[in-house]
Amino acid sequence: MSAMRTTILNSEALTRDEAKSARREVQRHKRTAFFLVAPLLVFITLSFVVPIGTMLYRGVHNPAVAELIPETLELLEDWDGKQVPSSRVMTSLALDLQRLAKIRRSGKLAEEINRARPGMSSIIKSSARKMKKTPQDELVNSGAAHLLNAHKAWADVKIWRAIKSVGGVYSARNYLKSLDLERNFDGEIQVRKATKIYLQLYGKTLKIALYITLLCLILGYPLAYFLANIPSKLSNLLMIFVLLPFWTSLLVRTTAWIALLQTNGVINSFFMGIGLTTEPLDMLYTRFATIIAMTHILLPFMILPLYSVMKGIDASYMRAAMSMGARPMRAFFTVYLPNTLPGLSAGALLVFIISVGYYITPALVGGTDGQMISNIIAFHMQQSNNWGLAAALGTLLLAVILTLYWVYDRLVGSNNIKLG
Amino acid sequence: MGIKATLLGAVLGTMLVTPTMAEQLTAVSFGGAYGAAQKKHMLDPYTAKTGVKILFEDYSGGIAEIKAQVEAGNVQWDVVDIEVIDLERACSEGLLEVVPQNLLLPGADGTPAKDDFIPTALANECGVGNIVWTIVYAYNDKTIGSVVPDSIQDFFNTGKISGKRAMRKRPQVNLEWALIADGVASADVYEVLATDEGVARAFAKLDTIKGDIVWFDSWSQVPQLLNDGGAVMAQSANGRIFDAIKKDGKPFHMVWDAHVYDLDVWSVVKGSKKKDLAFDFIAFATGTKPLAGMPDVAYGPTRKSSMALVDPSVIPDLPTSHLDKGLKADGIFWADYGESLGEKFNEWILN
Repeated sequence: MSAMRTTILNSEALTRDEAKSARREVQRHKRTAFFLVAPLLVFITLSFVVPIGTMLYRGVHNPAVAELIPETLELLEDWDGKQVPSSRVMTSLALDLQRLAKIRRSGKLAEEINRARPGMSSIIKSSARKMKKTPQDELVNSGAAHLLNAHKAWADVKIWRAIKSVGGVYSARNYLKSLDLERNFDGEIQVRKATKIYLQLYGKTLKIALYITLLCLILGYPLAYFLANIPSKLSNLLMIFVLLPFWTSLLVRTTAWIALLQTNGVINSFFMGIGLTTEPLDMLYTRFATIIAMTHILLPFMILPLYSVMKGIDASYMRAAMSMGARPMRAFFTVYLPNTLPGLSAGALLVFIISVGYYITPALVGGTDGQMISNIIAFHMQQSNNWGLAAALGTLLLAVILTLYWVYDRLVGSNNIKLG
Repeated sequence: MGIKATLLGAVLGTMLVTPTMAEQLTAVSFGGAYGAAQKKHMLDPYTAKTGVKILFEDYSGGIAEIKAQVEAGNVQWDVVDIEVIDLERACSEGLLEVVPQNLLLPGADGTPAKDDFIPTALANECGVGNIVWTIVYAYNDKTIGSVVPDSIQDFFNTGKISGKRAMRKRPQVNLEWALIADGVASADVYEVLATDEGVARAFAKLDTIKGDIVWFDSWSQVPQLLNDGGAVMAQSANGRIFDAIKKDGKPFHMVWDAHVYDLDVWSVVKGSKKKDLAFDFIAFATGTKPLAGMPDVAYGPTRKSSMALVDPSVIPDLPTSHLDKGLKADGIFWADYGESLGEKFNEWILN
């Protein structure tokens, strides 16, 4: 577009008026083009940019505790964390708990602090209930004593450290946790003591995605070649068989795999019927089931771009290579394969990226060792209600994919992708 | 002018003539046979009595959806059937309304509500108990072989009974069972589980059958697992097994030893626009007669007066008939340790 404008402006053949009207014409075209894409732009902003932005923000923004007990946190600011804080701090917390219990927000505080120190939830909630029953002026005078009476845990310095550690509005703790790290009380980052699962799960997710991509490649490449090199009447018919599962509901396909793979399912009955095995094999609820079912579901994403690229490769290339003395293998590797690379990278990227974030199939057929990172994200969304951590895990997953894409771009070049 | 006036008159006329829209309420529960029983004994009679239309939706438990609605300030659900294990959290986080217990109806025999309900049914201010349900394990006569299990120890004894055991993939109930099978008294289970040693002990016990466990995510998978031989013994909500036995004639048996029972309650989502109507529905639904319909799916009614109306042949299958062998699920414990043990559980599964 800009090249076009420069030619218009520099052209001496045009008068000034002509140039002006030409420029206006170009601008009009630009405006029309913008209006045409505007709905899409709005859609992408609303459905893509905003949710991802919110997710990134939720991972670092945890205002709950700071909003619930601002005064106590302020008093804790100067506390060194070596001994139990002064009675002034305790009284302040006692009053905070009373106020929260009255507006029924003590559970929110309990949940947040419980994440820093499991077991705290019930202590905070029961203490808050007791503070609610105590008259306010009594709390103002001797809140600390009431708090210590409510539960002996308040005399433990660890509980106060936990409160202080979750007091910040912005913190990286969800991201640290996603990497199996934590911050100790002195602010140093260390490997998490309690449980270490997330790195392992990311690794496993990438590994499963890689297996699926390779399987799709092994199965899809010859099939796409075959489809691209038979008469189009036949290939159109066969293409329907590729697309048919694509049009079937995901749940139906996954459930079909359950029927096939279960203990006395179709495959086991067949194997036992022909005498291949005497005992049914354990296939359902394993990593094998996840990989096989997802390969089936994602296969069209590999075949379609490959097919469209192969369709455009002139058969005379191979003939030329062979007429010049290349053996079929050599001709394939030096001529055909490089030509299919755009389709191959597109298919592999699509399959890999989709499978990294896959949720429903591993949840249904994966059992334990077929679980992927998305399943633990669902756990934190639905069961533990730790949306901040779920957001951080999701963001890291996005970062992993973007990194891989960047590496890919470096190695192969993103111009080399042909999606269809 | 003339046309305008006519139009205006027509519009006003229509507005006057149109009857006030029938009131509508959205109730949410767990679906399946249980949801059908609720519809038959609670929702439909309420609609017949008051004319209030009820939109009945399913969910799979947990408080994520309620939390999302309350936080977004866009409350779509009015009445929700919620497990006590989640109720404790939802209530203290301010996600539910306080249900005024003085609205509850007296029993059919005239007993005041607070004496008629079993005490745990009214223990939380945010909900009214609806059923007692429980988690047992069951086996299939056809696949179990000659030795039949009758205790929780047998569930963990691969020497006595070989084959796969199906368990729901979560720490709840599984850790309790592991400790009881390892010799911890039912009364001490949660105290032991609150210590690091107790958790290690529970996982060590689970380790002994780790290779024999089939994990599932939803109770609906259990009848299928037992039926096709995917597992010889399977953890299950008792209603699902009861339904499979009664409706489909499956040769399943329940083992009541160390069953972990809990209540489901009706509650109202905080900020519901039809709060008072929702309370009215709950008062109706927890009346003697509607509750007496719950044993259709082998869940026990929470009112003593309802038992008089229950078909005597169902009584042995109700959790309320086996409370002496059972353990009450501790909602407060799981509010404390649900997340940390959930992570530990996932770690254990991965390794």
